[in-house]
Amino acid sequence: MDDHAIIRLEQLTKTYDLGEVKLTALREVDLVIEPGSFVAIMGASGSGKSTLLNLLGCLDRPTSGRYILGGVDVSDMDDDELSDVRGQRIGFVFQQYNLIDQLSVVENIHVPLGYQGRELADCRAQCVDLAGLVGLSDRLGHRPKQLSGGQQQRVAIARALANDPVMILADEPTGNLDSTTGKEILDLFCNLHAQGKTIVMVTHGEEVAKRANRVVVMSDGRIVQDVRRTPTQLVPA
Amino acid sequence: MNYASFIRGARAGIKSLLLHKTRSLLTMLGIIFGVCSVIAMLAIGEGASFEAQERIRQKGALNIILRSKKPSGDASAGGAQRSYIADYGLKYADMERIRHSVPGIKRMLPQRLEAKRIRFPKHAECEVVGTLPLYREMIPNDMVAGRFLTDWDEREQKNICVLSEDLARSLFSHESPLEQEIRVANRAFTVVGVIRELSRVYQAGAGTGGPVSEGRVFVPLHTFRSHMGEQNIRRSAGSYQVERVQLSFLTVEFNNENDVARAAPLIRHALADLHKKQDFVVEVPLDELRALEATKRLFSFVLGSIAAISLLVGGIGIMNIMLATVTERTREIGVRRALGAKKRQIIAQFLMETGVLSVVGGLIGVVVGVFFPYLLSWGIHAMTGNEYRVVVTVWSVLMALGISVATGIAFGVYPARRAAELDPIEALRHG
Ligand SMILES: Nc1ncnc2c1ncn2[C@@H]1O[C@H](COP(=O)(O)OP(=O)(O)O)[C@@H](O)[C@H]1O
Ligand SMILES: [Mg+2]
Repeated sequence: MDDHAIIRLEQLTKTYDLGEVKLTALREVDLVIEPGSFVAIMGASGSGKSTLLNLLGCLDRPTSGRYILGGVDVSDMDDDELSDVRGQRIGFVFQQYNLIDQLSVVENIHVPLGYQGRELADCRAQCVDLAGLVGLSDRLGHRPKQLSGGQQQRVAIARALANDPVMILADEPTGNLDSTTGKEILDLFCNLHAQGKTIVMVTHGEEVAKRANRVVVMSDGRIVQDVRRTPTQLVPA
Repeated sequence: MNYASFIRGARAGIKSLLLHKTRSLLTMLGIIFGVCSVIAMLAIGEGASFEAQERIRQKGALNIILRSKKPSGDASAGGAQRSYIADYGLKYADMERIRHSVPGIKRMLPQRLEAKRIRFPKHAECEVVGTLPLYREMIPNDMVAGRFLTDWDEREQKNICVLSEDLARSLFSHESPLEQEIRVANRAFTVVGVIRELSRVYQAGAGTGGPVSEGRVFVPLHTFRSHMGEQNIRRSAGSYQVERVQLSFLTVEFNNENDVARAAPLIRHALADLHKKQDFVVEVPLDELRALEATKRLFSFVLGSIAAISLLVGGIGIMNIMLATVTERTREIGVRRALGAKKRQIIAQFLMETGVLSVVGGLIGVVVGVFFPYLLSWGIHAMTGNEYRVVVTVWSVLMALGISVATGIAFGVYPARRAAELDPIEALRHG
């Protein structure tokens, strides 16, 4: 076992109980992800990508198998502990942006910090910096509704970075964006990766697959292909 | 939850309610009306019994008042013969009997009242009150001028008198009445003082049908007895009626409330064989006060319950809206959970919003509820000319506010728990 693996999945299985039928969305998945990776997860619709990502994000518990995150087994944690893991170690980026409508850009970025007990007054500078990092320095007081889709996704990325998580999970983050904006968002992820962040991204786009350093393909709840590339091929600077 | 995060939560709560101003206001209406009606109902209940309580209190909670009463049998007996003598009521001897057989008595005040006509310096109808100097101490009053009756006056059967303020004014208008002379019942009395009475408990026998009295003339009891006698002769259409009464009132003051509570039956028993006919009544202000308080409690309870039902309805209104809010904001809840919110932090967020709703609603209700009874009383006065007293008590305000906050929070718990129990993944997928 190499101890520096950030994610280690062992025989991870997820079965949905639909009453009469049981639907197995993940079948005994083994997966190891090293820090600093940029993993693209691909596969047909219904192949279990989101299920996998939700488990990685501690939003759900596996039916069986083990999930070791940063050396800690999180498979059997209770709800409060999982909340802490999500809040402190994981950053989420969703296809739907999922910003909170009644909060401004800065307040949205602050939300994860708030749940770690940090007052906005004390960490406003940090939130403003994050807004700057995603290129929204001039939109600090705006509401989500006043921003374009691309801008909203940038806020979501800044928010995902707020607690300096060990990895960022993104489920089709460019799925709702036009190709130009999608490419800008992808550039942002690549920059983060270049700065050493671990990123796991569910995607349909070939473009993403080209720029990730590992592509995992799923089908019917199993990993059917796992391709690594050399770092030099990654980011076109 | 520490203070800072409480404030932050409250601010967030207010903010999210301001986002839907109309809806928040409509939601609060139930609580507003509930609180308002609790306060108003209790104010009306309190006001309705206030005067009665005040009247009873003037009689003195430590007093028992005996009142001479013409026995009802006598009038019909007198109907056959056109003239008769009625000898009834409390006697001087009764005082001694009571003093010896009832424990806990502090002091006793006899009064003799008679309606008379003053003939000098003006004609005026009045009540002459023969009583002791003790009157000054036992019955609420203020000396306006001069002095009251003294033991010396009593012993010497002085022909002096003390006028009530209203009578002094109508007899002497702007002059000082002191050392002036008045003539009543063919006797001259020198005015030595003017008194303002603060209690209207003791008045000449009801139903005498005499002209309206313009005030009272206090004279030493002894003087009354020897100069005016105990007989009152009334002539009408050829017949005459003589009433012989020694004492009109006897006020017995006790040392404490326990003695009062025991005394009434003892007094009745002590006087029973001397008064075969029902020619006196015993008033126990303490009992009246307690009965009134019991009635008031019941009244307040009934009114309060009706009002509490409207608060309950208000609470259900809040719950309804909060459930709708939770559904509407399911995805927000999912997002917050994904970003690290624990269940109890979600509960706190929604409870805070309900709390803000009910506290703000409660405060508005208090403001409206405190003014509404006075508005009502003013309106009744303006329309009917009747005084309608309302009394807003502090405890009714606190209770209304307390209940509103409690209902708000109680009815907020369920929606908040619903929000917290949502599966984060389901919630994120919602909408
Ligand atoms: N909450 C759920 N209840 C029942 N079945 C589910 C649930 N979530 C996902 N599934 C099923 O699990 C399978 C994998 O779904 P998902 O992981 O969302 O696929 P993908 O993201 O690759 O499209 C699908 O057949 C889907 O219908
Ligand atoms: Mg999916």
